[in-house]
Amino acid sequence: MIELDKVAHSYGGGELLSDITLRLAHGSFHFLTGPSGAGKTTLLKLCYGDLMPSAGHVRLFEQDVRNMSRDEVARIRRRIGVVHQDCQFLDHLSLAENVMLPLVVAGKDPAEEEQNLADLLGWVGLAKQAHSLPPELSGGERQRAALARAVIMSPDVIIADEPTGNVDWDMSLRILQLLVELNKMGKTILIATHDLNLIRAAKAQVAARVLRIKDRRVQLAGADL
Amino acid sequence: MNPFFSRIMALTAGDRQADRVVPPTGFTVKLTVFTSAAMAFLAVFALALSMATGRLADRWSDALARTATVRISAPEGQMQAQTDAVLNVLSTTPGVSEARVLTDEEQRALLTPWFGPDLPIDSLPLPQLIELTEDSNGYDAEGLRLRLSAEAPGAVLDDHTRWRRPLVRAAGRLRTLGWISILLIGLTTAAMITLSANAALAANAKLIRVLRLVGARDVYIARAFVRRFTGRALQGAAVGTICGMIAVALLPGEDSAGGFLTGLGFKGFGWIIPLFIPPLAGFVAFWATRAAALRVLKEIN
Ligand SMILES: Nc1ncnc2c1ncn2[C@@H]1O[C@H](COP(=O)(O)OP(=O)(O)OP(=O)(O)O)[C@@H](O)[C@H]1O
Ligand SMILES: [Mg+2]
Repeated sequence: MIELDKVAHSYGGGELLSDITLRLAHGSFHFLTGPSGAGKTTLLKLCYGDLMPSAGHVRLFEQDVRNMSRDEVARIRRRIGVVHQDCQFLDHLSLAENVMLPLVVAGKDPAEEEQNLADLLGWVGLAKQAHSLPPELSGGERQRAALARAVIMSPDVIIADEPTGNVDWDMSLRILQLLVELNKMGKTILIATHDLNLIRAAKAQVAARVLRIKDRRVQLAGADL
Repeated sequence: MNPFFSRIMALTAGDRQADRVVPPTGFTVKLTVFTSAAMAFLAVFALALSMATGRLADRWSDALARTATVRISAPEGQMQAQTDAVLNVLSTTPGVSEARVLTDEEQRALLTPWFGPDLPIDSLPLPQLIELTEDSNGYDAEGLRLRLSAEAPGAVLDDHTRWRRPLVRAAGRLRTLGWISILLIGLTTAAMITLSANAALAANAKLIRVLRLVGARDVYIARAFVRRFTGRALQGAAVGTICGMIAVALLPGEDSAGGFLTGLGFKGFGWIIPLFIPPLAGFVAFWATRAAALRVLKEIN
């Protein structure tokens, strides 16, 4: 699904990430941890073609990102649902319209997905806020909406950057629950988080692997968590 | 309906869902409406100028080129002989279809505006005028002059060309200037729409980034902006064209004074031509916005 081969990345200064080799197999469940500023968000961006590696190769669905046209990148993003750390909503559209946005830009008829949308918003507990604008929502509500938007296209891969950063423990567990269920349906999941309790809770339910960024490299964390 | 036109119509009718994606851009878009209205208004006048001067040039070269006058000044006794000689020359000149001696009444009618009705025409040594009409092939004016001077020394050919040619040329130039103005108006419209589209795209960099992140292709994003600007340019141009046409229609009629300036306007089916200005403005806006959007989008991840 997603393969990184001796990938390095730098924002212009020194290398932030180097020599990263990683394979996210179909149906796998990965956590990514590391101290703030270690490069978790950067690594995720490499995984959905938002950043180009400064060395090495990133292959998404067997295709090297460097050889992809802009339209191919757009199509790949419809198969990878992303919960961004800063959510990335359009503030002039209602929450429901924001959640539907991937369908709309892919040329699908949003009317056909009404029921789907209602179920999804109900599941993330945002049925009442469907018509609110993003700036009117709390941080946690925005994050739940971002998760709903990431899964509405029923993507093959779901990448979530701190999806539980602003929500209480109960809601964290519900979000985790949704991700676990999606994984059981065969979706590939990659979650960046600081929350070790969340990782523990997940490990009780799925065979999750934990990747840790340390000294610019990615290590597979042991069973000590 | 041709495919391009139906495409424009489809664009302006709009995909409501996609239209919501680009936030109402307020001021920039209002400027677009205003400028394309002003440009369309100017285009109507440039068009009216081109068409009127075109008509004028045609009419002048038609009406004036077809007739000429031979003026005979001769002592009383020789007048009839020279007139006969001139008529003889004219009847054997290729390209002259008709020659006619003006009667005293006609000569008097020509002179009345200048000297008043009481002119004692019989007592004045007036020249005799002969009007000739040329056929479609035309005649050789220089050759005719030479023959006339040999056969009738008192005859002078006045073929109007001396003053006609520069006027026809000026009318032709004016027509060309009119078309150049229309072209410039079109290019200015394109430049103006490119500028405001660029401004709108820059103001919406975050929006474009979000759309890209959720999987929008460049053409989808470009289309959302293109639709907005094409629609506004069409609206503005329609208003401007209608105002321009009303203004032209309200110009004093040609017949009331019969000059060049009062001939400015459209005639008959000519009134249909300015109606092409709004679709043309839409066409210009469509390509200008599309080019601007695709260029800007390439720079955004
Ligand atoms: N666009 C950018 N240009 C330059 N430097 C950047 C850019 N984005 C991130 N960085 C730097 O790269 C480093 C890693 O950033 P990144 O966002 O990947 O960290 P992170 O592990 O996600 O941190 P956190 O846990 O706080 O979200 C930081 O030091 C940051 O300042
Ligand atoms: Mg981060």
